[in-house]
Amino acid sequence: MRASGSETQAPPAAGFHADHADLPSTEVWIDRLRHHHSGHADLPRRHGRRAVLALAGSAALALAACGGSDGDGRTLLNVSYDPTRELYAEFNAAFIEHWREQTGETISIEMSHGGSGRQARAVIDGIGADVVTLALAADVEAVQQAGLISSADWQQRLPANSAPYQSTLAFLVRKGNPKNIRDWGDLVREGVDVITPNPKTSGVARWNFLAGYGWALEEFGGDEQQATDFIRRLYQNVPVLDTAARGASTTFTERRIGDVLINWENELLLALKGGGDDYEIVVPSLSILAEPTVALVDANVDRRGTRDVAEAYLEFLYSDLGQDLAGKHFYRPSNPEFLAKYADQYPDLRLFTIDEVFGGWTRATERFFADGALFDQIYLE
Amino acid sequence: MNSEAANQRTQAAPDPKPDKARRLSRRVIPGFGLSMGITITWLTLMVLIPLAAVFIRTSGMGWEEFWRAVTSRQVVASYKVTFGVSLLAAMTNAVFGFIVAWILTRYRFPMRKLVDALVDLPFALPTAVAGLALTALYAETGWLGQLFYPLGIETAYSRTGIFIALTFIGLPFVVRTVQPVLEDFDREVEEAAASLGAGRLRTFVSVVLPALVPALLTGFALAFARAVGEYGSVIFISGNMPMRTEITPLVIVKHLENYNYPHATAVACVMLVASFAMLLVVNLLQRWSESIGQARG
Amino acid sequence: MAGIITRASSPPPPAPATSARAATAEPAWIRWLLITIGVGFLVFFLLLPLVAIFHEAFKRGVALYFATFQDQYALHAIRMTLTVAAISVPLNLLFGLAAAWAITKFTFRGKSLLVTVLDLPFAVSPVIAGLMFVLIFSTTHGWLADPLRNADIQIIFALPGIALATVFITLPFIARELIPVMQAQGRDEEYAALTLGAGGWRTFLTVTLPNVKWGLFYGVVLCNARAMGEFGAVAVVSGNIKGRTSTMPLYIETLYFEYQSAAAFALASVLSLLAVATLALKNFIEWRAARARFKA
Repeated sequence: MRASGSETQAPPAAGFHADHADLPSTEVWIDRLRHHHSGHADLPRRHGRRAVLALAGSAALALAACGGSDGDGRTLLNVSYDPTRELYAEFNAAFIEHWREQTGETISIEMSHGGSGRQARAVIDGIGADVVTLALAADVEAVQQAGLISSADWQQRLPANSAPYQSTLAFLVRKGNPKNIRDWGDLVREGVDVITPNPKTSGVARWNFLAGYGWALEEFGGDEQQATDFIRRLYQNVPVLDTAARGASTTFTERRIGDVLINWENELLLALKGGGDDYEIVVPSLSILAEPTVALVDANVDRRGTRDVAEAYLEFLYSDLGQDLAGKHFYRPSNPEFLAKYADQYPDLRLFTIDEVFGGWTRATERFFADGALFDQIYLE
Repeated sequence: MNSEAANQRTQAAPDPKPDKARRLSRRVIPGFGLSMGITITWLTLMVLIPLAAVFIRTSGMGWEEFWRAVTSRQVVASYKVTFGVSLLAAMTNAVFGFIVAWILTRYRFPMRKLVDALVDLPFALPTAVAGLALTALYAETGWLGQLFYPLGIETAYSRTGIFIALTFIGLPFVVRTVQPVLEDFDREVEEAAASLGAGRLRTFVSVVLPALVPALLTGFALAFARAVGEYGSVIFISGNMPMRTEITPLVIVKHLENYNYPHATAVACVMLVASFAMLLVVNLLQRWSESIGQARG
Repeated sequence: MAGIITRASSPPPPAPATSARAATAEPAWIRWLLITIGVGFLVFFLLLPLVAIFHEAFKRGVALYFATFQDQYALHAIRMTLTVAAISVPLNLLFGLAAAWAITKFTFRGKSLLVTVLDLPFAVSPVIAGLMFVLIFSTTHGWLADPLRNADIQIIFALPGIALATVFITLPFIARELIPVMQAQGRDEEYAALTLGAGGWRTFLTVTLPNVKWGLFYGVVLCNARAMGEFGAVAVVSGNIKGRTSTMPLYIETLYFEYQSAAAFALASVLSLLAVATLALKNFIEWRAARARFKA
């Protein structure tokens, strides 16, 4: 569900952003949008909507036909992963406003969402993304290796390792927790169906895998054999491997498959907000600190002449407003001040990082997710 | 697809066989150069060159690497799922499609025209929509899932789910290849058999069925070929479990999303060769049915 | 595939089993058993999915159903889909006419190879169809990467790529629909017209085209339905940029993943209505063709 928890609220806003800004999610943002499209806001509501719709339609068609240039202001393309849909819908509107105030230029921002691997592939194939905001550093690394990001130390170009917001993983269970799931160890019990996406295609699924493995390592005193065995039993309890995070969520909530969903903390809080009293969040004793990373795609911004606005866009993620929005959408802001502001909504749990336990993404990928690595072996037996 | 030869054999003007006539016809009807030119150009641009891209990209990898890519255990398991379930779905369609074709041509019953029209639905319905609808229907909480799950039959997120989706998309092929042949079938032959004392079953098995076998096989092969490549409707309902419910097109997608283009194109090559082989079989079946038609006509 | 559907030239519906034909009819109980099995199978596999789409679409009320079509992105996706169909159907119409003319009016070597190549798009997995165009048109590693980048032309992840993939997928439909009809017509009428001194184009326009118009029409309608509904191939080349490269089937998936399943099914119901309209049109065409034959 959208932040408002109702599908009826999205459409009325639709007419008021002819310039491809993403859909705002709440009434507040409808007002904001009306405000910064003041020209249209004066029109009677119904009439104005229709006019703008027609305009938007034909402008968009023209846009599609001529392949991405825009008469009014420049267009920014943000290629992102799955669960950021709601965050960037709101963030983009805020940034458009911010940029207009700063420069007078009304830009438009386009979004593409999907599994982190699929999105990185699209960028590598030439979708022309100005910025990537992906689920994990490894996928941005792949974009860098394809030669689209100029410096190898791209992660140092922005604060906090290029992760403006962090997140972690938790469990979502059915109301009343009928299977009595308390921690990672309960996931391998017989008769517990676990929903997690496929680590081959989904970013969060890799974090899930690593978090479970990390927990098992600690539980079994660092015995890799037992940790491997734990992971194997965990995946034996998985009835559906969706290709991306949101697909897993809809399988659990809409199709009502499974007893427990492992997913992004923010994704679960969102599902909880929309699903009323149907679910409960269970916080495991230990989880991984997930750092979704963002980067400027140098090759594209230089070609399209959007470097300044794209840089400002990413920096805006670290601004007070950006950090506040991240918190509002259940991410953990990297700025401690805003982390504290939203502290109530994050469960208290111990977190480890991928560098501490697995020595970074490159090694973790080779060991677990490459062709023929541990994840493949689970299914070969 | 190719069955027009079968269904039109009573009306179609036979191809002028003698060489003289052949040369004559080419000379008399104009537009050979133009129509052939457009056809060849378009097919080359839109089909042959793009397909060549897959083969050429694959040829960049060594033979050993290629072999490893297309015979890894997960990929082999996906062939088994894809081809196995497609085969099962095509066989189911052969049986039920035959029954549907039979009742549509031989019997009168209420809403027959409506039923006849419904058969084409899978041709026209987008596959993703079909996938969403079938999943909604056959998941544990769906209308039909509720009936099957208590019986221990998992209709979604299993091979059964893939089977359901592939049966859905393949159904029209058998019906629409058998139907015209059945309509053209000369009832007098049956009457003759009956008057010679053959029972209904015997007449059916020894007179009707043999005439329908080529069309039935064509429909079966078409349903099979279509099912093997299907993607949109399957991924929603299959559960996508490696080794168990993962179809080969999804393996290609997974390789792509791990930036492994060589392996993606290698597996794609195997599927392309399989598709081409199946179409050739369809064409051969076609000739066979034509020759039967000519022998009888 | 397509060609098997039109039975515009096949005989009219059967006469009821009369007593004269009792010898070749099955006992009533077998008849009704077969009808029950056949219709039951269709209901389970075809009718219920269709009903489910509309049920899901209207589950949260009529107002919400229509609200779906106020959404800017939904409207854009509809426009995008219409544009893609408007590009790919005419191209395949021209090709279909040329291919059917070449294949049915002339005899030449390698005809069955040509027909097999013509059929290929239908047996090739949509995923591979998308992949081919990525391998050619990717601006980073495709065959044409350098010229495309230099000229700043975007093929994949833009309208041209989506149109290309759609043209590929729907390529055989019209040709396949026309070939049996043209074959059934034979060549005699063209010979006659030519003998009487009509030119090639005139013969085509005044003799051939009227003869095949219903088959042609249905081919176009079916090709259009497939063009609008293609998902797999388009998903690979579109990049699914909301409001730019999202088509209806892709946007249906997007809506579904944004927890707006009622809206997703509402949009799906439009495509389903298109499918139903296609089927209705097909029946109308058959009826017209049958009547024309009856008059003649």
